[in-house]
Amino acid sequence: MNLALDKDKLLRFQSLIALFLLCVGLSILSDKFLSVSNLWNVMRQISVNICISTGMTLIVLTAGIDLSVGSVLALCGAITAGLLKSGIEIPSDNLYIGFTVLGASLAGILTGSALGALNGWTITKFKVPPFVATLAMLTVARGFTMLWTKGFPISGLGDTFLFLGTGWFLGVPVPVWISALIVVLAVFITTKTRLGKYIYAIGGNESASRLSGIQVNRVKIIVYTIGGALAAVGGLLVTSRLDSAQPNAGVSYELDSIAAVVIGGTSLSGGRGSVLGTVQGALIIGVLNNGLVLLNVSPFWQQVVKGLVILLAVIIDKANSKND
Amino acid sequence: MLTAENITKRFPGVVALDNVNLTLDAGKVTALIGENGAGKSTLMKILSGVYVDYEGQIFWKDNLVKFNNPKEAQQHGIAIIHQELNLIPYLTITENIFLGREMLSQYGTLDKNKMRRKTQELLDRLKLKVAPETRVVNLKVGQQQIVEIAKALLTEAELIIMDEPTSAITGSEVEVLFGIIEELKVENKAIVYVSHKLDELFRIADHFVVLRDGKSVDSGKMQDIDQDQLITKMVGRKIEVMRKKLSQGATEVLLQIENLTLQHALRKNERILKDINFEVRRGEIVGIFGLMGAGRTELLETIFGLHAARSQGTIRVEGKALSISKPAQAIAAGLALVPEDRKKDGLVLGMDVKTNICLTTLAELEIMGISSENKELALTEKYIGELKIKTPSGKQQAKNLSGGNQQKIVLAKWLATKPKLLLLDEPTRGIDIHAKSEIYKLIIQLADNGLGIIVVSSELPEILAVSDRVLVMAEGELTAEFTSAEATEDLILKAAIPHSIYEKQL
Repeated sequence: MNLALDKDKLLRFQSLIALFLLCVGLSILSDKFLSVSNLWNVMRQISVNICISTGMTLIVLTAGIDLSVGSVLALCGAITAGLLKSGIEIPSDNLYIGFTVLGASLAGILTGSALGALNGWTITKFKVPPFVATLAMLTVARGFTMLWTKGFPISGLGDTFLFLGTGWFLGVPVPVWISALIVVLAVFITTKTRLGKYIYAIGGNESASRLSGIQVNRVKIIVYTIGGALAAVGGLLVTSRLDSAQPNAGVSYELDSIAAVVIGGTSLSGGRGSVLGTVQGALIIGVLNNGLVLLNVSPFWQQVVKGLVILLAVIIDKANSKND
Repeated sequence: MLTAENITKRFPGVVALDNVNLTLDAGKVTALIGENGAGKSTLMKILSGVYVDYEGQIFWKDNLVKFNNPKEAQQHGIAIIHQELNLIPYLTITENIFLGREMLSQYGTLDKNKMRRKTQELLDRLKLKVAPETRVVNLKVGQQQIVEIAKALLTEAELIIMDEPTSAITGSEVEVLFGIIEELKVENKAIVYVSHKLDELFRIADHFVVLRDGKSVDSGKMQDIDQDQLITKMVGRKIEVMRKKLSQGATEVLLQIENLTLQHALRKNERILKDINFEVRRGEIVGIFGLMGAGRTELLETIFGLHAARSQGTIRVEGKALSISKPAQAIAAGLALVPEDRKKDGLVLGMDVKTNICLTTLAELEIMGISSENKELALTEKYIGELKIKTPSGKQQAKNLSGGNQQKIVLAKWLATKPKLLLLDEPTRGIDIHAKSEIYKLIIQLADNGLGIIVVSSELPEILAVSDRVLVMAEGELTAEFTSAEATEDLILKAAIPHSIYEKQL
């Protein structure tokens, strides 16, 4: 009994342990790794992934998936950038609407939420598998990004907006504040509210949840909406950091995000996992990326290593769940 | 031909088989008898290689064997007709029958003609007049069961296990099956026949083995025993639960069902429920009996609003007509459904006892929109105590509990919603006798407290033990109604046989 308990504890902290070992290894191999500026750099880089992956975690907990986050991120970033830069002109009425940073950002987040809700709606209303519905959204949203930007970056967005991605507040980069706030909210939702319990229950057994009176479709739509909104926040951070909305921003971000979720111990079949696990997963990926760059490993090898880490994480996870 | 010695099989929380012995002879039919949960299906699954981790020894033609999977058992010549239908709905009859043992032409491609011919032969032999290329999804349950039988006949098996082969068929189809069993006996095959239906066993079986609570209680020749003796051995004791006298207060109508009709999901012109009318009074327990495919489960599901798009008719609770299109509305109206398959529909197995019990009432267990751990724990403790749920704590995962305790969790979850009407679908399926009688007592106590209760069951003793009134269903219709005083097994069974077959026999 005691042994089993210890093993349980060990399993719960396995990704933290992996992260710790990774950091120890890197600080021995590279003297730059442990510098304050490098660590803030890592944190700033992963804050986008943490935003997206927090939403992804909620979705995966319901046994769903969202492949469209990268494209949604790009579209929302582009919409915010476009509105900030040129506003909306309606020539027929001789009308021009300008946008403040807040207005443009909200428009971006609103777009993300709407696209997420649309994902949830097609999945619940037409019973389209999440993989397919969000794959379609991946393509559609990327297409609209190209249409909106006409294929060119939208740059020169003004200092106020740049604060979002590059500023500091109380000695901590602003993106880190934002992602931390999102994580705290998500942890609260998953552990302390009805919605959170419903999310886990639906992933654990959708049929039993429905029979228990849980409005399964509503919960799913909410979860995909949150996913879309958080992808949009990621879009704001990316656009702000680069001072430019790139039409091909966020390509393959969904993969990094799913990787963070999986490495963090959330089961792709739903019902098991946590937001904090995903944060650890994102940290592991971020630190690994950073370390490989510091060690001058070729980008091609970086991809190979990252892939193998994901595979290893899932294999360990499978082995654990078999022991249950 | 086959001897099994001291077979023991444990599941988490239950010993399903306890030192069971079994001997099967070639050319004989051995009846395996026992109540639900006695261990019959478990034993058959061990013999056919489905369960591999058991204690004890199996000798096949005097050689010690241990099957690691169903394929190995098949290769030794053991075929099983499962109680649950194991057919793949969107494949044809031929494809299902030859699944995993397809016939190949000399070029290594599928020899479809040969398989089709062979299937046709089997169907002819079983007198099933359906084309071999019919998809299984388009067959009735009884027809599907015959396809299962055809599947077992295809392999040149020497031992054929039939697990409740007549649960979905009746009358003339049963006669065909018995004819085939006689032929198989002549071919010197050994047959195990598992069934609840004692009269069938007396017609067809040579030997019997009685299982009770996972132990082999008795065995012998069928001719040396009569039906009453068999029942006594099966049950081992009188069923203690006696329904209290129907209380005088049970006059207030709680639920009224008027002309309830349900369409088949795929075949639009076929109806699963046909103009069902009945009512349930406060404090009354109504038992509904029907054979497989009679529509019993669908009736409860329709009342609970799961098939709103395909159903018609009026459902009144306390006189008010309801339009229920999702479970949340049914719950709000005071209904609760304990589903037939608790693992699939009743519980979130990977979550703990507390979460499962609280799942229906989380909205009431909050303080200012935030889940209250204390309130949840209090509710959990209340029901663990009241229903005597055996669990180390509320934090135990539901999957680690025995079937009886799992069922109590499902009940607790629903009692927490303070329902007026409890719909119970096979409330004691697959749970041990002790837990069973506890659940019967609970059902009766709940009715005494004023709940209306519908118990759907395929077990006659269960229906007779708890019901104030018995309704019988066949092919989607209510065919009979008995008070508890009138109801007997014979009368109920007769009413449960589908009309189409019954009339042909007359």
